[in-house]
Amino acid sequence: MSETTHGVGGLTFDASKRARPPELGVLIALILMIVVFEVLGRLLIHDSFLFNTRDNVDTLFNEPRLKIIILQVAIVGIIALGVTQVIISGGIDLSSGSVVGATAMIAMSFAQVATVNGNPNPKAMFPELGLVDLPVIVPIVVGLICGIVAGVINGLLIAYTRIPPFIATLGMMVTARGLAKWWSKGQPISFPTDSYAAIGKGMMPVAIFVALAILFHFVMKYTVYGKHTYAIGSNEDAARMSGIKVARHKVLIYAIAGMLASIAAIVLSSKNLTAQAGMGQMYELDAIAMAVIGGVSLQGGRGSMLGTVLGALIFGVIISGFTFLRLDAYYQEMVKGAIIVGAVVLDQWRQSRNAARM
Amino acid sequence: MASDSQTKATDRTAPQAGAQTGEVILRTEGLTKHYGGVHALVDCNFEIRKGEHVAIMGDNGAGKSTFVRQITAVEQRTSGKVWFDGRYVDFDGPLAAREAGIETVYQTLALADHLDVPDNLFLGREKVKVRLGPFSILDYKAMREATMRGLERTGVKIPNIRNTIENMSGGQRQCVAIARTATFHSKLTIMDEPTAALGVQETAQVENIIRTLKEAGEPLILISHNMRQVMDLCDRIVVWRRGRICANLRKEETDGQDVVAYITGAKTQPEYEAAG
Repeated sequence: MSETTHGVGGLTFDASKRARPPELGVLIALILMIVVFEVLGRLLIHDSFLFNTRDNVDTLFNEPRLKIIILQVAIVGIIALGVTQVIISGGIDLSSGSVVGATAMIAMSFAQVATVNGNPNPKAMFPELGLVDLPVIVPIVVGLICGIVAGVINGLLIAYTRIPPFIATLGMMVTARGLAKWWSKGQPISFPTDSYAAIGKGMMPVAIFVALAILFHFVMKYTVYGKHTYAIGSNEDAARMSGIKVARHKVLIYAIAGMLASIAAIVLSSKNLTAQAGMGQMYELDAIAMAVIGGVSLQGGRGSMLGTVLGALIFGVIISGFTFLRLDAYYQEMVKGAIIVGAVVLDQWRQSRNAARM
Repeated sequence: MASDSQTKATDRTAPQAGAQTGEVILRTEGLTKHYGGVHALVDCNFEIRKGEHVAIMGDNGAGKSTFVRQITAVEQRTSGKVWFDGRYVDFDGPLAAREAGIETVYQTLALADHLDVPDNLFLGREKVKVRLGPFSILDYKAMREATMRGLERTGVKIPNIRNTIENMSGGQRQCVAIARTATFHSKLTIMDEPTAALGVQETAQVENIIRTLKEAGEPLILISHNMRQVMDLCDRIVVWRRGRICANLRKEETDGQDVVAYITGAKTQPEYEAAG
């Protein structure tokens, strides 16, 4: 349905020449990647990547593998949702991995059981809290506050001191990692209560990731917050001239990113039943990579939560695919790096093509 | 106090303006803006009446756009007073100015490239279905309908309002920026060089929109370097030089050469001698 209409000043405009949604390209890339692993699996190890090949299991697809694909990206995926809205606003957040480490340590120290075999927990960070376990809401709220405070500090630095986001969040990255190490003097913190451990049990990380992805998809698409975030990333001056309180909005964006990093930390420490100062290392780069692969433009103003979810799935497929093909983990890193660069090159090419079509 | 100031300002701008029937919609007194040591705007006394179309002319760097940014509160003035629609105003930001009824088409257009037409028209003052603070839920349908009405009012033809600004021509972008002012039934429209980057046909389209505003009795401040356009569309010309007003001329009492003489500094009206 190519309907060409005459626009202002006799110019023509073809509505069919609108850019396709970038998510479509990401979805095609995801399907292609699955097909490639399927073909390589059949050729190299005579096994199927996607389909069930065991006689004693009555399912079409290899369900355990599909579960692992999404489970292993769910926690970083939660961080990626926060990073996505930061990048859409034209910023970047390098601190999310360290915030995960710091938050996991602090939250876990309030989630420890008070007693072990009837005796006071010898590893308790706060033995003075007594012999009764704290309700699960306490470590959750403490964890969320940690993430939000880190995000607010990032936002205030970026919005009011005009420090580039790269530098402000780099500072927070180093500081939060230091805090994580200082909190327990480098010792891991373990023995969470059952209710805290339940947060990250089984497929719970996936359920939390999916719920947050749906929520933030709605927020970005249908609320004033989402629209202002896109506007700031698209043209910050225009947003300011239109009356958007840009500085205040940026603080909110980074606070939400911090909050999502802290949710990831709570889920991760719960899943692992322990918190360590090194937790979340390099997660920030994986999260940025998921967003970029999902079509979020590093120049701001463009991208979506759906794209980031698809980007996360591509990540999961790569990791599972390499394990499936029994290839070393080194190759995973190399291919991941190449895919990130490829995604950015693709974004640049797409933008220059759109400009050329004008 | 406001009354005294009003008289003082009128005294200074009125002599050349001749008989004017409409009420004053905007008046500034001693409006000044310094950027560090740079005095971009100095002691500007300006007024415009309802129904009047006033051109602001001057060389690059004369202070025209700076003046607009103070009126619309994109920047906070260093000193001076502003009255709008009969009351003293000190807007804390552009949204307050827009809500009071000052609509501006900026030189840069101030459009978000990755958003579509309704999103740009309602940027900063979105229609919402459910109020939840920053997370209020947008009423896209109402915004689309209002956009269509605004475009209709200005005669602007945009084939598909759901297209993003980045996919539009320069003329279409300009028309979207102008339609934004029409959508909100402003009390005063300010256009900062609206046709500077347009071709002949697109310029004619914008000029037609300006005539429509005139017919509707809506006041306009037009910043332009185009002498023909100014003579054609405006009732009065205020000339800026080195951050100061140096002339206030009625169209029928001047001509292009005269205006150029004021712009270049060859002439200055006696009451504006401070402009040097």
